[in-house]
Amino acid sequence: MALLRLEGTTAYYGHLQALHELSIELEKGEILAVIGANGAGKSTLLSLISGELRPRDGRVYFEDHDITRLAPHQRVRRGVALVPEGRHLFSTLTVEDNLLCGAAARRQGTWDLAAIYELFPFVKNRRKHRAAVLSGGEQQAVAIGRALMSNPSLLLLDEVSLGLAPVVIRDLYEGLLRITAEGTTLLLVEQNITEALRVANYTICLLEGRVVLEGAPSSLTQSEITEAYFGRQQSKDSSSPKRATRAKK
Amino acid sequence: MIWTNAVIQGLLLGGLYAIFACGLSLMFGVMRLVNLAHGDLGVLGAYFAIILVEHLGGNPLWTFAAVIPVAALVGYLLQRFLLDHALNGGELSPILVTFGLSIIIENLLQQTFGANDQSLNIGALSYQSWKIASDIYVGRLNVIIFVVAVLVIVALQLFLSRTPAGRALRATADNRRAAALSGIDPKRTRAMATAIALATVAVGGLFLAMRSSFAPTSGSADLLFAFEAVIIGGLGNLWGTLVGGLVLGVAQTVGSQINPADGILIGDLVFLAVLAFRPQGLIASRSVAVR
Amino acid sequence: MSDLLTGQHDVSVTRGTLGSRVALGVGIAVVVALIFAPAVAGDSATNNLTQFLILLIMAIGWNLVAGYGGMVSIGHQAFIGFASYAVLDLSIHGVLAWYAVPMAIVLAGLISIPVSWLAFRLRGGYFAIGTWVIAQVFQLVIAQQSNLGGGAGASLNDLNNLNPINRDNVTYWFALGLTVLSLGVTALLLRSRVGMALVAVRDEEFSAAATGVNVVRTKRLVFILSAAICGGAGALLCLSNLEVQPNSAFSIQYSAFMIFMVLVGGIGSFEGPIIGAIIFFVLQQSLASYGAWYLVILGGFAIIVTLWLPRGIWGAIDPHHRRSLVPLRHRIDYDEIE
Ligand SMILES: Nc1ncnc2c1ncn2[C@@H]1O[C@H](COP(=O)(O)OP(=O)(O)OP(=O)(O)O)[C@@H](O)[C@H]1O
Ligand SMILES: [Mg+2]
Repeated sequence: MALLRLEGTTAYYGHLQALHELSIELEKGEILAVIGANGAGKSTLLSLISGELRPRDGRVYFEDHDITRLAPHQRVRRGVALVPEGRHLFSTLTVEDNLLCGAAARRQGTWDLAAIYELFPFVKNRRKHRAAVLSGGEQQAVAIGRALMSNPSLLLLDEVSLGLAPVVIRDLYEGLLRITAEGTTLLLVEQNITEALRVANYTICLLEGRVVLEGAPSSLTQSEITEAYFGRQQSKDSSSPKRATRAKK
Repeated sequence: MIWTNAVIQGLLLGGLYAIFACGLSLMFGVMRLVNLAHGDLGVLGAYFAIILVEHLGGNPLWTFAAVIPVAALVGYLLQRFLLDHALNGGELSPILVTFGLSIIIENLLQQTFGANDQSLNIGALSYQSWKIASDIYVGRLNVIIFVVAVLVIVALQLFLSRTPAGRALRATADNRRAAALSGIDPKRTRAMATAIALATVAVGGLFLAMRSSFAPTSGSADLLFAFEAVIIGGLGNLWGTLVGGLVLGVAQTVGSQINPADGILIGDLVFLAVLAFRPQGLIASRSVAVR
Repeated sequence: MSDLLTGQHDVSVTRGTLGSRVALGVGIAVVVALIFAPAVAGDSATNNLTQFLILLIMAIGWNLVAGYGGMVSIGHQAFIGFASYAVLDLSIHGVLAWYAVPMAIVLAGLISIPVSWLAFRLRGGYFAIGTWVIAQVFQLVIAQQSNLGGGAGASLNDLNNLNPINRDNVTYWFALGLTVLSLGVTALLLRSRVGMALVAVRDEEFSAAATGVNVVRTKRLVFILSAAICGGAGALLCLSNLEVQPNSAFSIQYSAFMIFMVLVGGIGSFEGPIIGAIIFFVLQQSLASYGAWYLVILGGFAIIVTLWLPRGIWGAIDPHHRRSLVPLRHRIDYDEIE
């Protein structure tokens, strides 16, 4: 039984089609990395899964239930949690209140305040501070912690490494591996391909709303990935995927 | 001495304004909706109390027990069936819908009860007073209203800062999208905010009815006072709202002392002065409050 | 799309359509017919027409501020009342009432400038209540001016010695002229670059910055114009009632009326206020005997239209802005270079 299944989903913003007939399956315990350039549709894919955007066509199944029409908070109750791009902490609330908000869905499981503080010890010292005053890495850890507080079976992460120092990124990914060890399935959206492909056991590359490459990271070559990342025409003059991360819109 | 008296009476009056204001502020914080029927809904509560007393008798004080839960329920339903739709309709729509609601309530009341002033007679309590200085007396009811106002604000503040539901309200006020993504039900949260707002404004409406008189159109005046209190105190801060209410109350009573017809005008001018010179309000917003 | 940001793009704007030229002709014919209406209509019908035109002027003013400026003011009665009193005050000081009308309009526009400094510090719903408070201040201050009759108000004695029928006719022509003027100002404003940007910003077609227009300044301009237009309605009210009284001159009901007319007709469209004013006038005439019920119905309509017919009747007639009598809605075609 697939934990998550998208069947022929499309997504539109007005007239702009952001995703074309996407079908994806994700098994329990997997780590799926979705990569792609800016505007490829990665965040849009996550919104379809988190419920912030309804697909125009197709269906979304979670644990074999059709969740296509469920609102985001209802999906959290079923075990789908998103760490959104840009973290979106409650900036006026304390760190601890941020984490406690994550428990609003009241799901049972191993994750509680103590477990989060154990996972990210540096967050514990800051628990009485307002989220706004935290460093980027700390904020990202709180955002992940807040999502974990709902004890999700599927955790969606949108560009967790964005704007963070390599050491911090490594720490966060270390934390992510421990999260999967607790039985949570991960779907990572990343532009930082190196880190994502290191931990993922399957990867999908999106280009202009379509899957252009997929497979186990070990089975893909660097040039295949580069080509898929930028599309064929541009692949000649772009040597490394890293350049795309600098060319933010 | 008359000035000391005016200030004291103004502080007591300001408590009532703070009660009216806190719900307006809460709803704005949680959903960026300014309910232009806020005052009218409080007045509606007062008319409900009048009906109850007419049919069931007794000292009107008991009607608090009936009106508050009904008001909360009305708030919940109002949000679910009207305001939520208005919020989906773009920026102008909540303003227009709540203004329409205000017109409906005021004119329905006028049609049903007539345009005359009414009041809730609570017997001796309405004229008993305490002597606190040689020639300063404070009405017992006014003191009770003031104490209740402070209690309401404290209770609301505790609710917001200490309970999961209050946390959900603050989270929604802070970042709607993140709140939904954290599993907080946005509809339920909004309905809760409106239920609380109506419960508090009903308390205000009943006190107003006991303290002085009211008429179908009183709700507009109450809305304006509540709004002035919110802006004077500073958006997103319950303590600020209390301070704003008190400042407005004092401005009005001191103004009336200068010229009996000038009370409201002086209150308005203080509000405009704050708007001109300290638009963030007297009390700057802090983290724990509803923004 | 980067060329949009710099403003260096080829844009061709289509304004005129055949339909719009026909409509302009019809409009001119209607206005000409209305000029001669008093000759056939008789005095009481003329007075009714005057009342209608005053409502229409208010609707045009409010549509400008709310429909195009995106600012829901429920304090525009401040300018209505202010201009009424300006006419009264000027005539007390010896200015002939006819001359006082244009002066009152200018004064209403001028007074709206400091009002905007205060009100523009507020947004959305708080802006709405803020303008209401300001209108209350206007009323309270004016009610204290004993030379203007204080709370009881005063009569405009200036025109008393005129033949009532001539007087009513002149008032009517004033109302007609002001209506045409307000419609013309609206049309001109909207056809200007500023107006185009305003509509674009309101419709969220572009971010404010992309239009290269200072949004606050534009909104202030719209606010001032709408204040002047509503002031015109107020000045005419003074002429047609021959008395001013603070409670009615600054009544919040004017806001309710303007909102109703504009919403029902179609907010943010040129035709909306006209349709709305006609419907409102008919309703007012036929429901007046129902007292407060009529206002209940008005409020109910306002809610229903807002929720289920947000672009009003005109929006239902012309959902794609093709049939506009005056082609304000620019059809913009971008030649995408690069
Ligand atoms: N709210 C929106 N309204 C309109 N268009 C949008 C919206 N969000 C995204 N898009 C468009 O949809 C497409 C896919 O966007 P999406 O955010 O999913 O890309 P992404 O892969 O997450 O990019 P990034 O790496 O920059 O985050 C883009 O063309 C984008 O411009
Ligand atoms: Mg993205």
